[in-house]
Amino acid sequence: MAAVDTTVTRDTRARFPITEVRWSTVVAPLVLGALFLLSWELVVDRAEIEPFILPAPSAIWEQVTANTGNIVDGATVTGRNALIGMLAGAVLGVVGAAVAGSFRFVDQMAAPVVAALAVIPIVALAPVLYSMFGAAVNTGRIIVAGVSVAVPVYLNTLRGIRQVKAVHRELMTAYAAGPLQRIRSVTLPTATPYVFTGLRVASSLAVIAALIAEYFGGPIGGLGKSITSSAASSNYPLAWAYVFGSIVLGLLFYVVTLLVELWFSRHHQPA
Amino acid sequence: MTEPAISVTGVDRVFGKGRKQVVALTDVDLTVADGEFVALIGPSGCGKSTLLRLVADLDTATSGEIKVFGKGARQARLDQDYGIAFQQAGLLPWRTVAGNIELPLKIHGAAPALRKARVAELLELVGLTDFAKNHPDQLSGGMQQRVAIARALAESPRLLLMDEPFGALDEITRERMQNELVRICAETGAAVLFVTHSIPEAVFLSDRVVVMSPRPGRITGIVDVRADGLADHHDRTERARDQEGFFRAVAEVRALLHGGASTSSAGVEPAGVGVEER
Ligand SMILES: Nc1ncnc2c1ncn2[C@@H]1O[C@H](COP(=O)(O)OP(=O)(O)OP(=O)(O)O)[C@@H](O)[C@H]1O
Ligand SMILES: [Mg+2]
Repeated sequence: MAAVDTTVTRDTRARFPITEVRWSTVVAPLVLGALFLLSWELVVDRAEIEPFILPAPSAIWEQVTANTGNIVDGATVTGRNALIGMLAGAVLGVVGAAVAGSFRFVDQMAAPVVAALAVIPIVALAPVLYSMFGAAVNTGRIIVAGVSVAVPVYLNTLRGIRQVKAVHRELMTAYAAGPLQRIRSVTLPTATPYVFTGLRVASSLAVIAALIAEYFGGPIGGLGKSITSSAASSNYPLAWAYVFGSIVLGLLFYVVTLLVELWFSRHHQPA
Repeated sequence: MTEPAISVTGVDRVFGKGRKQVVALTDVDLTVADGEFVALIGPSGCGKSTLLRLVADLDTATSGEIKVFGKGARQARLDQDYGIAFQQAGLLPWRTVAGNIELPLKIHGAAPALRKARVAELLELVGLTDFAKNHPDQLSGGMQQRVAIARALAESPRLLLMDEPFGALDEITRERMQNELVRICAETGAAVLFVTHSIPEAVFLSDRVVVMSPRPGRITGIVDVRADGLADHHDRTERARDQEGFFRAVAEVRALLHGGASTSSAGVEPAGVGVEER
């Protein structure tokens, strides 16, 4: 038989897109960040700004190193709520979108509800949820995080489901595939990159929601509670140290989701 | 006597209603015998894809009858009597080459061991064994198209429906693919309905070339390539491209495309002649 194209010399292995990031894209923001911290330090020092208004980065860092254990514990509590909420919300969003994508009337019924949920700040529900589930458990916080995540995941997944190509749809018809096979073989894989875009947006929301929900009550131990109690006892550098912990936690969620997204989307460039 | 692979009788397809009505096909009669290779050729918009899609039951005729192996088109689709390849390869980018070829088998619940063996066979057939684990975005257009053809062949259908599968390929790859398709057809003995825009491609591949014309879409004539002295399609070799009969058939198809049977010279069958019945 005709041996065609078997002598392709170019490297055809899949590439993880992160490996193609140039150094300048990493270095530039780092330089900017360093400059920012430096001028912050200088301004606080020269203008003799009181710590309760704005502590210097060095003072905050002192507190961070002195309280690393507490900050990590707080991040674990808040992170756990955010993670459980995020996973539950993601499942809810994806399944909901799959159903709405398959049945037009579900989509039409759900659209106004989702639009409403998208504009309500979900954390506002926290006090209500605390009285519903009791203030001693984390359930209310998890629900707040979950709903915050479910909305963007649902909207993005639904958009992804609508991207199914006509060829793929017709292929499934030609194979006489059932509705579940369609969803499994074509619809969900097509939507996957969109699901992850939704998740990336949602990852920061999950942390923010879980954190802010702590401001409204519930058990102590999380970063949010620690921020409010340190501020209440006028220990502003410590409050800022916990804020620093929250930033790291939010970034961690974002970066992990981003890496997972890049991994899952590595073959989604149009062939 | 075996049933014909495709039998289309008095088929019309009208899109839209009222003013904006488009008559895509009118009064189309066509029979493709079991194991026969028939090409559909005609200017853009003459209804070639529409006809193919009707046979595949991806669309429904406004009137007329379509039978595939003696069954209704819908039943034939449900029974998986045909394999199909589109102009775009239409591979699933998140699946490997092997995973794409395996797809129809998987959907129809074939056992994993059987699937694996069949995929290996098909990869060999289209010469892509070394690329089994690659993803479509790592293949050239021609290679993707071969994967699509392997996928269409996965369940050894007795009928292949192909809509301009080589349309996007360069001339060299295209001729290579044509040679491979001839070889594959000889190995599988499947009947083929093949849509194309290329006259030489139609003549080289087929037993008969069906010429269509637009507004409204209809069959204007059929050229029996074998009558011009070319071998049966699965006995054809690359040499056929240089044979005298090849050029004669090309000229006949061209004559039919430009101005229809009335102005054509000797050797061209007007519509109806060479078709089984009217
Ligand atoms: N879904 C549709 N709705 C309305 N009109 C359609 C539809 N599909 C096809 N048509 C019309 O039917 C006619 C035939 O279309 P078809 O796609 O079959 O042409 P074709 O011969 O395959 O053309 P090409 O060679 O460009 O692929 C065209 O005029 C087209 O506008
Ligand atoms: Mg077409």
